[in-house]
Amino acid sequence: MADLNTESQKSKIAADEVLPKAKSKTKEFIQKFLTRKTAVISAGVIVLLVIAAILSPYIVPYNPDMADYNMMLQGPSASHWWGTDEFGRDIFSRLLVGARLSLTVALISVIIGTAVGTVLGLLAGYYGGWLEALVMRGCDVLFSFPDILLAIAVVAIIGPGVINVVIAVAVFTVPSFARIMRSATLSVKESLYVEVARSLGCKNNRILWLHIFPGTIQSMIVNFTMRIGTAILAAASLSFLGFGANVTEPDWGAMLSQGRNYLNTAPHIVLFPGILIFITVLAFNLLGDGLRDTLDPKIK
Amino acid sequence: MAEIILEVKNLTTKFKRDKGTVTAVDNVSFEINKGEILGLVGESGCGKSVTSLSIMRLLIDTSGKITSGKIILDGKNIDDVPEREMRQIRGKKMAMIFQEPMTSLNPCMRIDKQMTEAILLHNNITKKEAYERAFQVLKSVGIPDPKNTLQSFPHQLSGGMSQRVMIAMAMSCEPELLIADEPTTALDVTIQAQILELMMKIRNEKNMGILMITHDLGVVATMCSRVVVMYAGRVMEEAPVEELFANPLHPYTKGLIASVPKLGANVASLPSIPGSVPDLSVMPKGCKFAPRCESQMAICHKEEPELMLVTEGKMRKCRCHLLNSNKEEGNV
Repeated sequence: MADLNTESQKSKIAADEVLPKAKSKTKEFIQKFLTRKTAVISAGVIVLLVIAAILSPYIVPYNPDMADYNMMLQGPSASHWWGTDEFGRDIFSRLLVGARLSLTVALISVIIGTAVGTVLGLLAGYYGGWLEALVMRGCDVLFSFPDILLAIAVVAIIGPGVINVVIAVAVFTVPSFARIMRSATLSVKESLYVEVARSLGCKNNRILWLHIFPGTIQSMIVNFTMRIGTAILAAASLSFLGFGANVTEPDWGAMLSQGRNYLNTAPHIVLFPGILIFITVLAFNLLGDGLRDTLDPKIK
Repeated sequence: MAEIILEVKNLTTKFKRDKGTVTAVDNVSFEINKGEILGLVGESGCGKSVTSLSIMRLLIDTSGKITSGKIILDGKNIDDVPEREMRQIRGKKMAMIFQEPMTSLNPCMRIDKQMTEAILLHNNITKKEAYERAFQVLKSVGIPDPKNTLQSFPHQLSGGMSQRVMIAMAMSCEPELLIADEPTTALDVTIQAQILELMMKIRNEKNMGILMITHDLGVVATMCSRVVVMYAGRVMEEAPVEELFANPLHPYTKGLIASVPKLGANVASLPSIPGSVPDLSVMPKGCKFAPRCESQMAICHKEEPELMLVTEGKMRKCRCHLLNSNKEEGNV
């Protein structure tokens, strides 16, 4: 036995010298991800947006709230890249600052929705029975309303405002997460290693959080990314309809809403916020697609 | 008389289906002594795995339920202890190794975390001590480089290595009973031999009882001292291993042994038992094996034979009408 050990150690040392280093999983993931051009570009766009949003107060060329009545409804020009609105405020500056609000609202609401939906889905999938029936039927009820209608209903109940928009968007994020996490839990629950854990005397809680949850994170990440796009759209829609941020605030949806009065004379007021919302949502969705394809072991 | 570690008495496990219930394990009884390896053989779907899951009481996630019978582990009846207590028994007093080592380990966790988890659950020791114990157990199952293995993820291990890790995990709390559910089915022959040898070695060192579930008669012949043959959820024959191979009594056992390929035998085609295991929901009346049996008689289709003690003292049991008719003719 001792001979065997030293011998195998010897051969191992020899092997270490010749063989290339083992690829780490992270490295492999990054390599695979980099081959997906649309996803990489989307990630780039998102990173750019986030950086712009964080730095926006310091890099804006004009004060986003300062009215300039000599420059009302100006089209794009060298001094105002994306033109000015009906009060002469610089649209580029307002959109930059607005990115902060839109991204924060989307991110926070999706995080809340994900957390609640994940916990509900895991519990429902693992324990089954009445809990599963209750959670899943609850989700069915929420699903039966169109997303935006549901959000409007929530805002109608608790009143308008940024925080309430966050809650509204979180509410309609929950059911889709609960469903996805439940089905992921159901499939992981059947794996042999869960049974092994049980055969070693693990408690339910331990099995659920330590053994099942990590196996479902993959589906969670993908859905999380995609949901941010939806959330941005939903938050903008709510603002557009006047349920969200105060109209004077530089919010993407609110800007669209204000600008639509000048659609004939100054279309750039709605054009640029619209393009920005479009690009942002598209980037998040494409990134989600890319992540899903990269994480799926069946697609090589 | 050796000390009995596990006694299963009239175990019956039923599963709920859309249309009524099916009986997967019917009135199964056997016992395992300390330091003994008992083989449990039979075709796929004859209830071997359900028997093992019933003993571990791991049927909670399925629609299965133990409807009657007693499971006595080390003198303690465990078929009605609460789940909380059962968790203390699983892993600590009896442990299980499964068929597919590659999927038995959690792909998201390093080996060290998985191994120390079981040790920490059942022992009041520090993480460092648990790690040390995991290291020692891995070494004892013949892993050449335990330190690196502990740092690995399951996908970095081969099938044989994973099964060694699984055995190490099962052994880490020194259980008195090990249930091995086809531990070598998914491995190639040389690794099979190594794993079996390892199990024998552990058995000799720790004097534990092993329930060896398999459909490989070769494994039974090399490993086990006694064999229980199951068919359609019932025990068909129980015998010491030498006697079973030398003089199988039940036609089903005879068929099983005949269908093992023999080295050097020049036969065109391997003999096989015609037909397949009956669907549990549409069981034939009478002897469950009768429709496939070579020596079937009229009575076989009418009533089911009892499991009879054939030779006193040797624990030789068989469930067949042939024995009765032979007895009447004075042949036995």
